[in-house]
Amino acid sequence: MLILILLCLSTVAYQLGRTRALSLTGKLEGTQTLHSRPVYYGVLTALWCGLPALLVFAAWQICEPLLITKILVAHLPREIQELPVNRLNLVLNDIKNLVSGNIVSGEIKPEIEAAANHYRNLQATANGALTIVVLSLGIIGTFIARQKITPHLRARNHVEKVLTFFLIACSTFAIFTTIGIVLSVLFEAIRFFRIIPINEFLFGLEWSPQMAIRSDQVGSSGAFGAIPVFAGTAMISGIAMLVAVPLGLMSAIYLSEYANKRFRSVAKPLLEILAGIPTVVYGFFAALTVAPFIRELGVTFGLDVSSESALAAGLVMGIMIIPFVSSLSDDVINAVPQSMRDGALALGATKSETIKQVVIPAALPGIVGGILLAVSRAIGETMIVVMAAGLAANLTANPLQAVTTVTVQIVTLLVGDQEFNSPKTLAAFALGLVLFVATLILNIIALYVVRKYREQYE
Amino acid sequence: MSNSNTKDSGSAQRESPRAIDIVNIGLSRRYGREQRFKLYGLFAVIISLSFLFLLFFTIFSNGYSAFFQTYVQLEVFFDPDAIDISNPVNSNFPGLVKKTLTNEFPEVKSRREKKELYALVSTGAAFQLQKLIKQQPELIGQTVKIWVPADDDVDMLFKGNFARDVPESDRRLSDKQLAWIDHWSLDGKIAKRFNLTFFTSGDSREPELAGILGALVGSILTLTLTLLLSFPAGVAAAVYLEEFAPRNRWVDIIEVNINNLAAVPSIVFGLLGLAVFINFFHLPRSAPIVGGLVLTLMTLPVIIIASRASLQSVPPSIREAALGVGASKMQMVLHHVFPLAMPGMLTGTIIGIARALGETAPLLMIGMVAFIVDIPTGFTAPATALPVQIFLWADSPERAFVERTSAAIIVLLVLLVVINSLAVILRNRFEKRW
Repeated sequence: MLILILLCLSTVAYQLGRTRALSLTGKLEGTQTLHSRPVYYGVLTALWCGLPALLVFAAWQICEPLLITKILVAHLPREIQELPVNRLNLVLNDIKNLVSGNIVSGEIKPEIEAAANHYRNLQATANGALTIVVLSLGIIGTFIARQKITPHLRARNHVEKVLTFFLIACSTFAIFTTIGIVLSVLFEAIRFFRIIPINEFLFGLEWSPQMAIRSDQVGSSGAFGAIPVFAGTAMISGIAMLVAVPLGLMSAIYLSEYANKRFRSVAKPLLEILAGIPTVVYGFFAALTVAPFIRELGVTFGLDVSSESALAAGLVMGIMIIPFVSSLSDDVINAVPQSMRDGALALGATKSETIKQVVIPAALPGIVGGILLAVSRAIGETMIVVMAAGLAANLTANPLQAVTTVTVQIVTLLVGDQEFNSPKTLAAFALGLVLFVATLILNIIALYVVRKYREQYE
Repeated sequence: MSNSNTKDSGSAQRESPRAIDIVNIGLSRRYGREQRFKLYGLFAVIISLSFLFLLFFTIFSNGYSAFFQTYVQLEVFFDPDAIDISNPVNSNFPGLVKKTLTNEFPEVKSRREKKELYALVSTGAAFQLQKLIKQQPELIGQTVKIWVPADDDVDMLFKGNFARDVPESDRRLSDKQLAWIDHWSLDGKIAKRFNLTFFTSGDSREPELAGILGALVGSILTLTLTLLLSFPAGVAAAVYLEEFAPRNRWVDIIEVNINNLAAVPSIVFGLLGLAVFINFFHLPRSAPIVGGLVLTLMTLPVIIIASRASLQSVPPSIREAALGVGASKMQMVLHHVFPLAMPGMLTGTIIGIARALGETAPLLMIGMVAFIVDIPTGFTAPATALPVQIFLWADSPERAFVERTSAAIIVLLVLLVVINSLAVILRNRFEKRW
C-alpha cells in the first residue's frame, strides 16, 4: 500500500522535474541549453523521491519486529522476563498469535492479554511512524532534486550511474545464490560432521538415520554410513545412462545424418517434448505403469522383483534423459565440418563408416561432455526416484531390488516436522553437500570439455 | 572408375588381386552394415517416441474419466423440525442425508446395513445441502430433488474400475450395496455428470470432493512472484554482462557461476530455501512467497542465458549506428538493442517459467507439501502447487485418486502446452533473422 503511494509520488516527482527543466529553458533556444533531455531531469527527480524512501522502508521492515519485541519484553512482568530464553520465546509466540487472532495454547492470562494489547499499540505506532517518515522523505527528496535542477546539471550521467549500479547488482545475484547454497549446506554439514565423523559418513556401510527419542530405545543409535546411498544413486544413474546414451546418441545420429527434412522437423520437437514433461509426471508413470510391468515380467521369468526396483526408476529416468543426450549430441555432430565428411565419402567410405570413423571421433569430446552433463542431471533428479525407488538403503548390485538414492534420502529426512539440531536433519544437508559438490565437479568438467571442443572447430 | 584405370592396373592384377576386387568382396557386407546402422538409428528414434506416446496414453486413459463423477439423485425433504430456522446453517445436515437414504430404502433396519447404505453417498452431500439452505432458506419445508456426489467406491464401480464378480470379501462394495446401486440405476437416479468439483474446490481426503483449484491458485501465486522477480533481475544481469561488463576475472567468475547454477540439481535450491529463507529469515513455511523466491533463484540462470543469447543476436551495426549519431552507451542499449532483443528475452523467460511450473522437489523442501484444504488467499498463506498436489495424490492409496492424479497431470500438461506455444508464437511473430 505504502509502496503504491510512493510510486504515485515518484510519478508526480517525475512530472515536476520535467516541467522544471523545461521552464528553465528560454523560449528561443528550446531544450538545447539543457545538458540532458528533459526526461532525464524527470527521472532523476523521481529517483531522488523514491530511492531513499524505499531504502528506509526496507531497513524498517527488517528492524521493526526486533525492536518491537525488545520493547515488549522490557514491559513484561518481572517473572516472565526471567524465564529462560526458549520459554520466553513461547510466551512471545502466544502474544503474537493472540494479536493475529490465531488459536493460542492454554488459557489466556491477563498479563498476556495486556502484553498483546501493548504489542498491538506498538505495531500501530510503528506503522504510522513508518508512513510519515517514508512519505516525508519522498517529498523532501523531490524538493532537493527540484532545487538542484539547473541547465548545467548532468542529469543523464546521474541517471545512468544509478542504472548501471542496478544492472551490476542484478548480475551479482548468481554469485550470492552460489554463496548462499555453499554456506547454508556447508554450515549444517559441518554441524553434522561434529556429531558423526566424516570418515564414518563417507565410508560407512550402513545407513539407517533413525535417532531414538529415548536413549534406552531399541536401535537407539542411527547409522550414518552413506556408501549404500551412494551405491544406489550410482546404480540408478547407471541404468538411466545405459538407456539414454545408446538411444539418445543413435537418435541424434539418425536425425542429423540420415533423416530427411520432413521426418526431422517432426521427430525432433517430439523428442524434445520428453524433456519438457515435469519429472513428477515421470515419477507417476514409473510407479503406476513401469514398476508393476517389470515386476510382472520378472514373475513370468521366475525372478523376484521388488515393486520399487532400481530398474524401473532407472529406466524411466533414462527416458527422461534421452532428449538431453540427443540434443547435445545433435549440436556437436552438426558442428563437425562438412569437409571432413566429404573427405571420408570421397575415399569411398559408406555413410555409416564415415559416421563411425570420422564424425563420431571428431565429435567425441563434445559427446562426452554432453553425457557428463546428463549424468549430473541423473544424479540430481529427485521426483522419479522419490516416487519409484525405495527408502531402504540396501547395498546390493542387483537392479531388481530396491535401492535408495541421495535425493530420496534428502527428501525423506527433511519433509515433515523436524528440528534443526538432530543429526537426522543435518544428515540431509551433508548429503546435499555431497550432491552439490559431485554435480558441480561434473558440470565444470563437462562445460570445460564442451567449450574446448567448440573452439576447435570455430 | 574409368576404363583407362582398369586397363592400366590389369598387368599388376596377375601377381596380386586387384584392389577393386577386394573392395567388391567386402562391399555387400559393408552395405549390410550400412543398412543395419541406419535401422538402429531409426529404431532408437522410434523407441524414444513410443515411450512418449506410451506415457501420454497411460496418463490420458487413466485420467479422462476423472472429469466425470457419479452423482446420486436424492429426494430431500427439508424437514422444518430438523432444521433450526433461526440458524439453518448449523443444523444436522449429515442426519438429513441419512434420513433421506433410509426413507428411500425402508427395509434397511440393522446398524450395519445402515452404515453400508450411508457409505454410498459422499460426506460432501451434507455440505451441499448446507450450502443450498444458506442460499435459499425458503426451501425449508419443501421436498427437493438434488444430485449429490456418490462415494468414490461407487464412482469407481460405475467407471468400470473394479469387477463385480470377485468374492464379496475382496470387494470394496458388498452385495447389498451393489443391489441398492442397481436399484438406483434402474430408476435413473444415478448418473455420471461433469465433475465441476474437480475444478472448483481444494484438496480433500475424499477423492470425490478433491479438486485442484487450491493447488492451481498456489502455483499461480508462486509463479507470479517468480515472474515479477526473475524477469527484471535476469534481463538486467544479461544486459550488464553482455553490453557493459569489462572482460576481467570478476566477470569471468560470474559467467562460470551462472552456467554452473543452471545445472545445479533443483533439490539443492530447496535446501538453500529451507536453510536461508525459512530457518534464517523466518519466513512462513508452505507459503508461495518462499516458493516464489526459491523458484526465482532457480530460473534466474535460465533467463540470463537465454537473454544473453538474444542480445548477442542483435547485429553490431545497430549499436554502431546508435553510437554514431551520438547516443550514450546506455541510450544505445535501452533505445535500440533492448527492444530488438526483447522477444527473445521474453521467450526465454516463458520457457523458464514453464520449467518452474513443473518443478516439485524444491517445493517439497520448503514445506509446500502439506495437506491444505483452503484456497490460498495471499503470498503468505499456506499453499501447495500443482505438481506437489500430483505428488501428494500419487501417494494416496485410494483407487479413485489414481484417476484424479492423472487428471491433474493432464491439466498440468495442458498448461505447459499453452505456455510453451505462447513462447513459440512469440518467437515466430517477433523474432528477426538478421
